[in-house]
Amino acid sequence: MAKRLGRKEKKMANEISDEMIEYVGILAKLELSGEEKEQAKADMGKMLDYIDKLGELDTSDVEPMSHVFDMQNVFRDDVVTNGDMREDMLKNAPGEKDGMFIVPRTFE
Amino acid sequence: MDLLQLTAVELSGKIKAGELTVVEAAEAVLEQIKKKDGIYRCYITVDEATVMKKAGEIQKKIDAGELTGPLAGTPVAVKDNMCTKGMLTTCASKMLGNFVPVYTAEAVLRLEEAGALVIGKTNMDEFAMGSTTETSAYGETKNPWDIRKVPGGSSGGSAAAVAARECFAALGSDTGGSIRQPASFCGVVGIKPTYGTVSRYGLIAYGSSLDQIGPIGKDVTDCAALLEAVASYDKKDSTSLKRQDTDFTSALVDDVKGMKIGIPREYFGDGIEAEVKEAVLNAAQVLEGKGAILEEFDLSLVEYAIPAYYTIAAAEASSNLERFDGIKYGYRTEDYEGLHQMYKKSRSEGFGAEVKRRIMLGSFVLSSGYYDAYYLKALKVKALIKKAFDDAFAKYDVILGPTAPTTAPVLGKSLAEPLKMYLGDIYTVSVNLAGLPGISLPCGKDSGGMPIGLHLIGDCFKEKNILRVAYAYERARGPFGEPEL
Repeated sequence: MAKRLGRKEKKMANEISDEMIEYVGILAKLELSGEEKEQAKADMGKMLDYIDKLGELDTSDVEPMSHVFDMQNVFRDDVVTNGDMREDMLKNAPGEKDGMFIVPRTFE
Repeated sequence: MDLLQLTAVELSGKIKAGELTVVEAAEAVLEQIKKKDGIYRCYITVDEATVMKKAGEIQKKIDAGELTGPLAGTPVAVKDNMCTKGMLTTCASKMLGNFVPVYTAEAVLRLEEAGALVIGKTNMDEFAMGSTTETSAYGETKNPWDIRKVPGGSSGGSAAAVAARECFAALGSDTGGSIRQPASFCGVVGIKPTYGTVSRYGLIAYGSSLDQIGPIGKDVTDCAALLEAVASYDKKDSTSLKRQDTDFTSALVDDVKGMKIGIPREYFGDGIEAEVKEAVLNAAQVLEGKGAILEEFDLSLVEYAIPAYYTIAAAEASSNLERFDGIKYGYRTEDYEGLHQMYKKSRSEGFGAEVKRRIMLGSFVLSSGYYDAYYLKALKVKALIKKAFDDAFAKYDVILGPTAPTTAPVLGKSLAEPLKMYLGDIYTVSVNLAGLPGISLPCGKDSGGMPIGLHLIGDCFKEKNILRVAYAYERARGPFGEPEL
């Protein structure tokens, strides 16, 4: 049975700053409009207030569980088994030339 | 009797007996789609020409005795987040609006090897993120029991297609309830198997540690047959399990004498509709009448499942969806300056609001300074939740409760308040966190005539326990009935 921490003083609601939303937007590679940013601040704040509920549980002695079964990394021999799939790989590319993906210029 | 009213296994039986042909079955389904899908919009893609060609090929194999399984010749639908070679696979997103995979998902291949005929790709919440199928970029699916209501989600198109007789069975995927909840709302049966039972190869990832493919069907027998067909060890999925006990149809036994069924008190507290509670507890009584032993108990940590789930799912989503960069496949914005702006604009224009919301939350909980407090914390709570289930399954064969606290909500009401929508996942998400199998099957209707789902949860690898209880209940319940279309 998990231990529950005593009732703490009610935590302040999560206020997401403009800087934080900018930063998360960079991490997420998303460009949000002004309106979307305001919405994201409100949504994220509310969600974090809710997630903060997890803080009621004392997990100091608990190992984080990423996989429910005791599985290890699965390895295989480093041998190529698939054939040449270049054409297939390129079939869905928005831009393709001479058997390669087209990307915007990355160096000047 | 209308052939569309047959179950998948019944249909296949008649085809193998020579009473019907695969072409007749396929034509009947395509005709039903033509008549009804303008209303319900279960499908994003139906590939009529390929379907009819394949129907002929399958018939030949059946005639030659090469296909003898319980699903041979059965028209099925596949959720649009599973890759199908040569057939559009959109994930209900503008991002993948033109994506035609060059390979087929392992689970779909398995189903085809069993002789099933893939009719088309079903609507869903965008990238499987949502509980109503309203976040689809291709319009909402309507519940065949009442077109003012949602079908549930995210596998809403698959569940609605089965209910609307626009296919005989379907595949869905379940990350936090996305098979079981729409099955509940649409009055059909759905199974989320033990994590690792069905290969995720070719399933477009949302929350990789939680995602599982599973069947949606008209009855427990169809679902067991489908699950048996798609379950497999697959070295292309590193989380795939080597299981020997996937003969799920052997569990279809009408006998629950002495089986211990635990009923968590916490599942019947605040927030559950009275009619749902009554129907689910009535179902428990039916099982008791057949010799099962019922016991109420305290399942701890129930209220922590949703915050843990949404933290982990959002974190994994933000990582998984990084692959959509406008270079290798999918949508690319028209105007941009340089690589980084192309990434940002392509993603911002290609993803819908709910997907962006979860990517933002996921990026935040994984970010430096917040990782321990949110993501790692959620993984620790996941360990506690798993332990709570381990303790419960030391005492019980099956845990019984409702699939969802309510019946299907009215269209257009859920997305404005995402947190409230997430709370509807209270009974389903913990099953994914703990990797357990779960089944939803109809156990009654509310006063508005909307289906109510009974949720049975088993310990890891114990699908057969929940199948047996579900089958016995279904036999006692009798035919559930179909919506008037």
